[in-house]
Amino acid sequence: MTQVRNFPIGGPLLEVQHISLRFGGVKAITDTSFNVLEHEIRAIIGPNGAGKSSLLNCINGIYKPQEGKIVFKGEVLDKISPNIIAQKGISRTFQNLALFKRMSVIDNILVGRKLHMDCNFLQVAFQTPRARQEEEENRERCEELVEFLEITDIRDTPVGKLPYGLQKKVELGRALATEADILLLDEPMAGMNVEEKREMCRFILKVNDELGTTMVLIEHDMGVVMDISDNVVVLDYGKIIADGPPEEVRTNQDVIDAYLGVAHD
Amino acid sequence: MTDKPVFMTYSRSDVTNFAVLMILAFAVVPFTIETDYWYSSILIPWLCLALAAIGQQFVMGYAGQLALGAAGFMAAGAFACYNIELRIPWMPFPLSLLFSGIIAAAFGVLFGLPSLRVRGIYLMVATLASQFFIIWMIDKFGWFKNYDTSGIITAQDIMIFGVPFTSPMQMYLVVAVVVTILTILAVNMTRGSVGRNWMAVRDMDIAAESMGISLLRAKLQAFALSAFYCGVAGALFAFTYLKSLEPVAFDIKLSFSILFMVILGGLGTINGAFVGAAFILLFPVVLNTAGNAWFHGTIDATIISAIEQVVFGALIILFLIYEPLGMAKLWENTKQRLLDRRPVGEARPNKKPKTG
Ligand SMILES: Nc1ncnc2c1ncn2[C@@H]1O[C@H](COP(=O)(O)OP(=O)(O)O)[C@@H](O)[C@H]1O
Ligand SMILES: [Mg+2]
Repeated sequence: MTQVRNFPIGGPLLEVQHISLRFGGVKAITDTSFNVLEHEIRAIIGPNGAGKSSLLNCINGIYKPQEGKIVFKGEVLDKISPNIIAQKGISRTFQNLALFKRMSVIDNILVGRKLHMDCNFLQVAFQTPRARQEEEENRERCEELVEFLEITDIRDTPVGKLPYGLQKKVELGRALATEADILLLDEPMAGMNVEEKREMCRFILKVNDELGTTMVLIEHDMGVVMDISDNVVVLDYGKIIADGPPEEVRTNQDVIDAYLGVAHD
Repeated sequence: MTDKPVFMTYSRSDVTNFAVLMILAFAVVPFTIETDYWYSSILIPWLCLALAAIGQQFVMGYAGQLALGAAGFMAAGAFACYNIELRIPWMPFPLSLLFSGIIAAAFGVLFGLPSLRVRGIYLMVATLASQFFIIWMIDKFGWFKNYDTSGIITAQDIMIFGVPFTSPMQMYLVVAVVVTILTILAVNMTRGSVGRNWMAVRDMDIAAESMGISLLRAKLQAFALSAFYCGVAGALFAFTYLKSLEPVAFDIKLSFSILFMVILGGLGTINGAFVGAAFILLFPVVLNTAGNAWFHGTIDATIISAIEQVVFGALIILFLIYEPLGMAKLWENTKQRLLDRRPVGEARPNKKPKTG
């Protein structure tokens, strides 16, 4: 982590400012603020129910927080739907796999290319040269991704038939295919064994290093968090209790009390 | 599964299948089938209904929206075509069809709006509005029927640049050409980004939206194109099969038939539309013939039709439970078994198409 990076960490890319989110009486997030810096790998940790997923859902427009705002590349993302937020350069994966189950691996990843494909239905229906070229180029990008993720042998399998670990990988592939500026990864390594986790880390680090993609990832495995993240935000009961480099957060007494102490097993 | 394309985006087997079908449709059938019955009562309605079923596939099989009201859009297309032919007599029939489809598509967008709010059975009920509203509108405003009071309006003769197409075989050719063109376009769309976006919405709408797909656009596009196909199908159905225009021909029973075609044929396949339409159309014919042959007329027609209903119901339930991908998929599986004895559904090792 100490060698010179292709994309050195820059200024704030994403600013979460005083976000509060309630579901009826349940306060999922309370007055939460933090910045994600350009090109960094940012981990969000915290016990179950702390509001981590809700936070990603706010950033990506699935949930609309009652208070506060989210600023991305200097622009306020207010009351706009997830597809517009995707256009601005934010992509994600989901905690409980949200793949297109009946579609093949390659087609799932191709959907990730949606924002790079703008031929309308008439061009596609008549297979104009432009439509064919677009399809071909994007397919090629997806084939590269499939190779990079080492899932070539399952490229035509409907994702619903794949084991969990592979599905997680496909979902990462779909998010990577968007070539978004920032990826929100909600527990990308949950339920994986050490080997699989190591592989996922390798992909994340490689993409971050080669493309400079900013990553925000929710992760429970402290080893992984310490290894790959530049900064860590710790959430507990919807509030931030620590925010800083991993070494600093690890020694923070609040964090030890709230999270590490409990989750250490 | 995906083979190397040999022509545009089509694989060798696509091209061969297509060539065989085209030879059958335009070279073999017109020269071997002479009885009008085959054209008027089998081939023409089959192709018309298959076209409507493709429309139903878009919205239900691909975009995953449980819509019921295909016959309403067919009625819109049929009466639009009648009025265009009536009021702009020089209009070549293919153009009348195109505009009929576009008018039906406008209704499709309108009645697709509930899909932005509700889903499943609620959407099904909401889309039924199209069925009732369109028929009501045609009945209510005399203009649509040119103030005809007899109840049955005769469809105009099909004229294309002064050439009449009036014999059953000629009409079959018109239908076959239109259905061929629209089927190719449907295959292109469903295999391309349009179909992928629809399927993404079908399988996981939140994720689709997070990848940049506008649910509003994708759903309304599916409804519009679905209604376009149904509209053209309805116009063809009225002008070449019924040869008349009567709203009752497009009642809810027809909408259900089209829904069943898609379920039995196989959700999310274009082939399934043709297989399903053939089955729904031919099944009663076969059952009737068999009934008469076995029981020599001693069995009542109402009993046969009751049997038909029961068997249909049972088949639909069986397919929904055991083979949601329908008869088209069953056929695929059988073919694959016969061809290479490889277990179905197992990924083929590392066969990557070279697109380029
Ligand atoms: N859609 C929702 N409706 C109601 N409550 C929700 C919803 N999403 C999250 N919550 C609640 O918000 C809190 C935070 O949940 P979540 O963000 O999933 O936590 P985490 O991802 O940190 O485990 C929990 O109490 C959860 O029950
Ligand atoms: Mg969570």
